[in-house]
Amino acid sequence: MNDSYLNFANSAVGAKLADALGLPKPIVLDRYKEGQPVIKGSLLIGGGSDAPLLPTLAKIFKSIGVQTVAPRHLPQWLPLANQAGLMSGRWGVDDQPGEKVKALVFDATGLTDSTQSDALYQFFHDAARSVLPCGRVIIFGRPPEKCANPRQATIQRALEGLTRSLAKELKRAIAVQLVYVAEGAEDQLESTVRFLLSPRSTYVSAQVIRVGLPVGAGGTPSDWNKPLAGKKVLVTGASRGIGASIAEVMVREGATVICLDVPQAQPGLNEIAAKLGATAIELDIGAADAPQKLVDAAKADGGWDVIVHNAGITRDKTIANMKERFWQMVMNVNLSTQERINDALVESGVLKSGARIVCVSSISGIAGNMGQTNYALSKAGVIGMVQSTAPVFAKHGVTINAVAPGFIETQMTAAIPFAMREAGRRMNSMSQGGLPVDVAEAIVWFANPASSGLTGNVVRVCGQSLIGA
Amino acid sequence: MNTIRRVAIVGGNRIPFARSNSVYSSASNQEMLTATLQGLVDRFNLHGERLGDVVGGAVMKHSRDFNLVRESVLSTTLSPQTTAFDIQQACGTGLEAAMIVANKIALGHIECGMAGGVDTTSDAPIGVNEKMRKILLETSRAKSTGQRLGSLAKMRPGMLFSPTLPRNGEPRTGYSMGEHAELMAREWNISREDQDALALKSHLNLARAYKDGFFTDLMTPFKGVAVDNNLRADLTIEKLRSLKPAFDKKVAPNQGTLTAGNSTPLTDGASAVLLASEEWAAAKNLPVLAYLSFSEVAAVDFFDKKEGLLMAPAYAVPRMLARAGISLQDFDFYEIHEAFAAQVLCTLKAWQDEAYCKEKLGLDKALGAIDLSKLNINGSSLAAGHPFAATGGRIVATLAKMLNQKGSGRGLISICAAGGQGVVAILEK
Repeated sequence: MNDSYLNFANSAVGAKLADALGLPKPIVLDRYKEGQPVIKGSLLIGGGSDAPLLPTLAKIFKSIGVQTVAPRHLPQWLPLANQAGLMSGRWGVDDQPGEKVKALVFDATGLTDSTQSDALYQFFHDAARSVLPCGRVIIFGRPPEKCANPRQATIQRALEGLTRSLAKELKRAIAVQLVYVAEGAEDQLESTVRFLLSPRSTYVSAQVIRVGLPVGAGGTPSDWNKPLAGKKVLVTGASRGIGASIAEVMVREGATVICLDVPQAQPGLNEIAAKLGATAIELDIGAADAPQKLVDAAKADGGWDVIVHNAGITRDKTIANMKERFWQMVMNVNLSTQERINDALVESGVLKSGARIVCVSSISGIAGNMGQTNYALSKAGVIGMVQSTAPVFAKHGVTINAVAPGFIETQMTAAIPFAMREAGRRMNSMSQGGLPVDVAEAIVWFANPASSGLTGNVVRVCGQSLIGA
Repeated sequence: MNTIRRVAIVGGNRIPFARSNSVYSSASNQEMLTATLQGLVDRFNLHGERLGDVVGGAVMKHSRDFNLVRESVLSTTLSPQTTAFDIQQACGTGLEAAMIVANKIALGHIECGMAGGVDTTSDAPIGVNEKMRKILLETSRAKSTGQRLGSLAKMRPGMLFSPTLPRNGEPRTGYSMGEHAELMAREWNISREDQDALALKSHLNLARAYKDGFFTDLMTPFKGVAVDNNLRADLTIEKLRSLKPAFDKKVAPNQGTLTAGNSTPLTDGASAVLLASEEWAAAKNLPVLAYLSFSEVAAVDFFDKKEGLLMAPAYAVPRMLARAGISLQDFDFYEIHEAFAAQVLCTLKAWQDEAYCKEKLGLDKALGAIDLSKLNINGSSLAAGHPFAATGGRIVATLAKMLNQKGSGRGLISICAAGGQGVVAILEK
């Protein structure tokens, strides 16, 4: 689980050697430490001549406490910022680039025709060299599927190409995302902006996120450092790896956690539960009576607020060599079980309005993988489940989203043969694997009570993996 | 002949001040002043506008910056036809610049103008060794190669390693500003406790002002900095008490009361204000925060008569009060520049001293005490720092906004300057 090349490439000798040989030079990623500010450094804001999202962004930046600057092409920013109680100013005087910034944010929601793309060129051309390592770029657009006319939908859809290319070009662990915010959903943006600007999203890049009208009872947390205070969170597969990390981060965010795993994993489960002051449930979720048992447990507990479907298994073989049992087992645990549990929890009403379901898919489910027909089928199925049940559960006020991890440094990936492991690690825009905590951070973002505008999203935590892009 | 008009303060802008050799260590005076003026232009949308004049200056200046303000104006989006010139009156530069622009507006010579100042002690001018400079000049005057070689032969390697450094001291007395302030504190018997208390108040007031968003429309960030980096929001009196005297060695060995905590540090920064006639402001639909109504300057004989070097404001204020026909107590706000806590306390004490007011200031009685709860209520130089020429602009903009927030009232500005000078003014709304 230790990436020794990362350490080597960041040593004095290693850095020189990597340069000389043209080897990848992964940089140590910023990671969130409890209590630290959302962003350290200034944010450069840009936008088209019509940039309707700016007043919303000014309010959010004020709430976050972000220091903003704007280029000369965006004179409307200064009065808006001042109005929101935010100090701001021009980035670069006398047509010179200004100081290095930690984030670029561009409001493209006002673009209605492909001929208006010059504003994007101007902004990113001028600022591309001025983003600090581990910087952040967010482009805001309107969901193309909800645009009033084809021209607008076209330019809005085009933003995806820009986002993905910038994510590959900017390097130095700079993450780039596209956020499609539906008209009227502006008030739902804060949790997403906070996540994407902060080191919490360090291994998330080139993602397209849709923020829509709020689903169910949500609200702004009174303390953004403990947004899950008073919330009860079930994490399946919590005894080790990503699951353990999810439980840990949930507790850090103020949640009361219920850790679940199969009886065989009892020692690890009890250890984690004891460490976090969490409740432990030993249950084989693949069993037919598991959904009812969970409904009963949730009822006894006064209802649950967040369900994290992390439990998953692999039984890898090419399909010609695969036994039927392994096919069925993987499908059952990774997908069918989740469908049954979700339906039972939602229909029984133990998940109240404002509850969150977060699933763990996989990059295999997006890109496919040799020897993983069963696994990829189940994980692509998770995506299907998220997208198909989102509108159904929305009627109950419940959101459902998924994260799709790429190469994450766990016991599972440590078992991969060296050459394949190195390829998996390096073949992404960050030139390194992610950590379990990176997946956990994305999950707690979906779980945030302020994330009511997020449902049906699948966000990859893969450092913009070159596979399945 | 025009009648005299009221001079409106429309607004101000400054960049956060930074302790010397910290975040702005690579920024030049011109860069800082340009960013500050541009921020003011952006705030009031004056792009392409020809202003009547831009007046400003710096105390520490490179010889190449002979036309500092004009060069800065040319780097902004103001009309290149905007005239500008440099002045220098030590720490009084910024306020004096405002007075010059205000007087032109009052007399109808111009309709609007900017006044400002900038200083850096990080990007300071360093001259070549004085002997070497003379040799180089002699060489350039030489008429033949022989003469040229002859004068160059006088160069010695040691000259390269002893350049002429700028220093923060009075040429006539050889004492630094801090040593002069230490002498004043001794003369007026100002206690260490009182100085520390004033310093603490300055920091707490400035921190509160930032928290309230007071500076939001008075500042623009620079080089990623959005708050004066000398400010210690968590400062305590215990911390201030733990500091050692800094200026006592020459003037009061082991009895010093001035420390790094109750004296301003060397600071980098810039500030500017926009002044205009009421008509111009109205035509442009710009606000009037306050009016600059009176100003006065004074100087003391600190060499022959050994007066306190920084006591000139004590002279300037009563003269200005007499012209305005008001008393020292007729103010809602007092902005007394805190070069040193001791300077503020000496001045306040002198105004309450019957003998001093009669003998030195020529008054028939003491000016009296002021209400200390009206003094520097949004912090001052001890907390914000003191980039010499930029302090005037900071205070004018701050006080103008305070008067505008209150809706009406009167505020006093008092700034002491090197060379035994003082620059003071009254703002009203």
